[in-house]
Amino acid sequence: MSGMRYEAPGSVDEAVTLLADEKGVARVLAGGTDLLVQMRAGMISPDLVVDIKKIAETKGITANGGGFSIGASVSGAEMGEHAELTAAWPGVVEGAELIGSTQVQGRATMAGNLCNASPAADSVPALIAAGATCTVAGPNGQREVPVEDIPTGPGKTSLGNGEFVVDIKLPARPAHAGDAYLRMIPRTEMDIAIVGAGVNLVLDDSGTCTEACVVLGAVGPTTITVADAAAALVGSKVDEAALAAVSAAASAAASPINDKRGTVEYRTKVAGVLASRAAAIAADRARSK
Amino acid sequence: MNEQAKQFKFVGTRPIRPDGVDKVTGRAMYGADLTLPGMLEGKVVRSPHAHARIKSIDTSKAEALNGVKSVVTAADMPEAESKPVAAGEAMINFRDLAENVIARHKVFYEGQTVAAVAATSNEIAERAAALIEVEYEVLPHVIDVLDAMKDDAPVLHDHIFTGGVTPKPEKPSNVANRVEFALGDIDAGFAAADIVIERKFTTEPVHQAYIEPHAVVADMGPDGKADVWCSSQGHFMVRSFCAGLLKIEMSKIKVSAAEIGGGFGGKTTVYLEPLAIMLSRKAGRPVRMVMSREEIFRASGPTSGAAMTIKIGATKDGRITAGDATLCLQAGAFPGSPVGPAAMTAFAPYDLENVRVVGFDVVSNRPKVVAYRAPGAPISEYAVESVVDELASELGLDPIEFRAKNGAKEGTQAAYGVKFGTIGMQETLEAAKATEHYKIPLGPNQGRGVATGFWFNIGGESCAGIRINEDGSVSLTEGSPDIGGSRASMAIMAAEVLGIDVAKIKPSVVDTDATGYHFVTGGSRVTFATGMAVVDASKAAIDELRARAAKIWDVDVDGVVWEDGHAKPASTNVGDFEPMSLAEIAAIANKTGGPISGHADINAKGAGPGFGTHICDVEVDPDTGFVTVLRYTAVQDVGRAIHPSYVEGQLQGGAAQGIGWALNEAYMYDEDGKLENAGFLDYRVPVASDLPMIDTILVEIPNPTHPFGVRGVGEVPIIPPLAAVNNAVAAATGVRFTALPLSPPAILAGTGAGD
Amino acid sequence: MAKQHITTTINGEEAEYLCEAQETLLDVLRDQVGLTGTKEGCSSGDCGACSVMLDGRLVCSCLVLGVEAEGKTVETIEGMADGEELHPLQQKFLEEAALQCGFCTPGVLVAAKALLDVNDDPTETEVRYWLAGNLCRCTGYDKIIRAVMDTAADLRGASA
Repeated sequence: MSGMRYEAPGSVDEAVTLLADEKGVARVLAGGTDLLVQMRAGMISPDLVVDIKKIAETKGITANGGGFSIGASVSGAEMGEHAELTAAWPGVVEGAELIGSTQVQGRATMAGNLCNASPAADSVPALIAAGATCTVAGPNGQREVPVEDIPTGPGKTSLGNGEFVVDIKLPARPAHAGDAYLRMIPRTEMDIAIVGAGVNLVLDDSGTCTEACVVLGAVGPTTITVADAAAALVGSKVDEAALAAVSAAASAAASPINDKRGTVEYRTKVAGVLASRAAAIAADRARSK
Repeated sequence: MNEQAKQFKFVGTRPIRPDGVDKVTGRAMYGADLTLPGMLEGKVVRSPHAHARIKSIDTSKAEALNGVKSVVTAADMPEAESKPVAAGEAMINFRDLAENVIARHKVFYEGQTVAAVAATSNEIAERAAALIEVEYEVLPHVIDVLDAMKDDAPVLHDHIFTGGVTPKPEKPSNVANRVEFALGDIDAGFAAADIVIERKFTTEPVHQAYIEPHAVVADMGPDGKADVWCSSQGHFMVRSFCAGLLKIEMSKIKVSAAEIGGGFGGKTTVYLEPLAIMLSRKAGRPVRMVMSREEIFRASGPTSGAAMTIKIGATKDGRITAGDATLCLQAGAFPGSPVGPAAMTAFAPYDLENVRVVGFDVVSNRPKVVAYRAPGAPISEYAVESVVDELASELGLDPIEFRAKNGAKEGTQAAYGVKFGTIGMQETLEAAKATEHYKIPLGPNQGRGVATGFWFNIGGESCAGIRINEDGSVSLTEGSPDIGGSRASMAIMAAEVLGIDVAKIKPSVVDTDATGYHFVTGGSRVTFATGMAVVDASKAAIDELRARAAKIWDVDVDGVVWEDGHAKPASTNVGDFEPMSLAEIAAIANKTGGPISGHADINAKGAGPGFGTHICDVEVDPDTGFVTVLRYTAVQDVGRAIHPSYVEGQLQGGAAQGIGWALNEAYMYDEDGKLENAGFLDYRVPVASDLPMIDTILVEIPNPTHPFGVRGVGEVPIIPPLAAVNNAVAAATGVRFTALPLSPPAILAGTGAGD
Repeated sequence: MAKQHITTTINGEEAEYLCEAQETLLDVLRDQVGLTGTKEGCSSGDCGACSVMLDGRLVCSCLVLGVEAEGKTVETIEGMADGEELHPLQQKFLEEAALQCGFCTPGVLVAAKALLDVNDDPTETEVRYWLAGNLCRCTGYDKIIRAVMDTAADLRGASA
């Protein structure tokens, strides 16, 4: 760890150059709530840390055309304080706000949560369900990438050398749209999800579901998008029968492992429970809009 | 309260604690907060294996690193002799203590210390630690307590032949000791029963999880004298263990008590302190050592996990006829689990004619257990109280009435040998039954559980000094580290005896050179035992104050009484003298014989046993198995609450720890015998949002042997929650669980909803 | 790698220190600046004993690099009282015995003040969730939660 360099560039290009030119281990620092823990535990010893919080494009939440752009250094606390974002995407904000304590919320970012690539990342299922994309900057310029394409496995991402996520974009909302994220932890706070479920759906004026996306976390090496669960919702009034079908589809799609946090049996069952509960909450929210 | 108000002026009041301002402003100095000029930072090299022979240790590369000032291995330490010593409330072998501080030939658990290094910075010390090369021969390991008892289990220590059995076994095993406590005839008792319930229980090891890491600063000069600053539950324990391990005379080691950031029994032994002294001795500079949270989990604490069988019989009308228990407790890597107290307390809340408790102390490849609040009692009483509850339920009896019918009272013969004097078991049950909480209706998926708990409480050695200053203020010295407000209690008791305002008294926890030997802050003994010393010292000071007044008045000392902070003539026959206040006598002490003080060095006896009854309401999510604690009430006989706020705090804190033990706390090992959850993320202590308010009821049945009636209060409250939660979950789900923790996956597996 | 020179504002006063890039703000506060009121309980963001305010935002100082404090404001427990006058939360914690060992107390107080600064009438549930990242092993949280709520009530009363 000795000799680690810290840089806080003021532009995207400078950050890309620093990251691309580094011969040793380079890491991007946004909130640092994963990075500093991993450094302390000796899991990684970066030669270079690039703090992206001084880059204008990573700051702030911008509403545009009904959608939102959330900078990569925006903390969960900032998201929770943004009334419009919270009204439009309560599930996405819930996911981000479930990451750690109030203290961690003051620092932790969705982009960091995404790029840390934990299968149990709390903000990711709702982001994927929302159809979010992210802007990736790199030596070859910038590209827009669906967020689900970033994590490729536990701790692994599709980001190339010199690349980093600049912001995350949420699309505009039609009428009667709602989302929700629920997770199961053994306590009420301060834990890693045993199972997470994000649901985003749209209802028509009669209350029939026209679009849906159901995404599970912590029950596979990456998130699992459950097409059968979405299919069960679309065309339904999100009634008990549809929710039961969501539950069954989610449990069927889950492919978890046994570990210190939960068993295969538990995760499989609870994936269904949370998916149907999240769908019910999302539908209630959609109906109220 | 009114009666008390009449009886006492300060006892039972709630003044601001003397150390309070320092603790809310960040000024208080804890173990890691001291920095000395030229101080080095020390780090420990730990075993990566659960069980291995140390073939060699090469420290040359570390020693060659620039900035490294000393390296210590077992080769630097004197060989320790085999002899039993008290560690907290348990006994351990001194040779085992030495090996637990630094491994000599073998490592017995992942995280055991094999070497230590001191350098000019933390970073260099860490790099040096990584450069120390240890060659191991990995040996088969065993983690589970029942596995460790099997004939073909890997044997940790060739010198352990099960004690407490005759004839002595022919071969060594992991069963270090067998204990038995019995009363009456259990066969006859079970024959007289209409119903007998037998269940097997398991509990997992749990850590004390104090928030302050172990920390020490040691400074040893070329003259062979060492100054040690550390946070511990007993700086005299630290002195004694360091002196013994390093073969230094006690008078050459001065240990100062830093403020201690929680201990709960976990700081009643030494880990870093002897290493820090050795590193300092070799380097000739002060050395600070602080454990990381990961090291705390891997290498200190926890208390035992257990496997138990409980069998209890009762008649249809609700009289328990016999109780039988077999308790197998993990000791960790070296003998010395709290199986003794676990066995003694198991059935102690009850007035039973026929009891047998057999306990086994079992070593396995885990960190050596150390005391945790009422060591052993929460484990055995959890199992017994769960069966008692099931019996009450099967018999259709109210669980409190069933307990009251069988509960211990004055004159009850306990199986562990004592005949109870004045105790408050029945009174806590009555108070619990009378609560509003016990009557609140429950909703769907909700359940209510009740459980009782018993702890002996202990006395032991304590000293106190009262110095009357020239201005009438009082300096109170004692040597029991203040872990939760004991300075306040000491000041209150001194004020009550001296008859002066509590704000006039400044209590200090002084170093080992400045007072006599104190047993550790543990066993719920400080307010009782050190309190007795303070009372005695205050009385001695009063005797001196009376003598001075007698001298001033030129009367016989017997003619002077002490009332309300004043010397007064005992009667008009003595003479017509204006009462003299403490301050007035102090002001002219130089003319009457010099400084005025009182001292007491005692070994307190007669600790009053403590009983508590807890009520817990839970709601269980039938689909996820998540348990929400809705309401909680802790009732306890506290003898006499000196500072009621801190007594309530003991009940609330103990209840929270017990709830954590019941619901989510556990040590988890992988197949290689390595701890999987060495951090607060996955070792799940309750957080603020996990708990409801914890209501307390202080029942006061004074302990007749203490001047104010004090009973220890710190241990009892951690005992009932395990069974109270378990019984509440049973009521909510209809399933009697027999394993802790009651984590959501365990609940769902048990209710069958997870299939 | 040479140490970096950092200029920041700590408890209202400009402060300078030298630190290595990998040192945390917690290490810097304790070892370089001499403010040991901020405690280390885990160094992984799980216990909250190292809570400080960074540019008005509650954070764990163990999860912030010392170099990140350049140009920012840091508030620690040592800055909470105004000279001899304790902050109402500090006073209430003393009066209601909302501490036992006192080790988590600085972090709890910093976090509780941050709550009352944004919410003058928090519910019990809000206080409990806000403080969920501040582990206390002694008190069972009961008296802490009450003290925070009682302080909030006092402050509302005083400003009404």
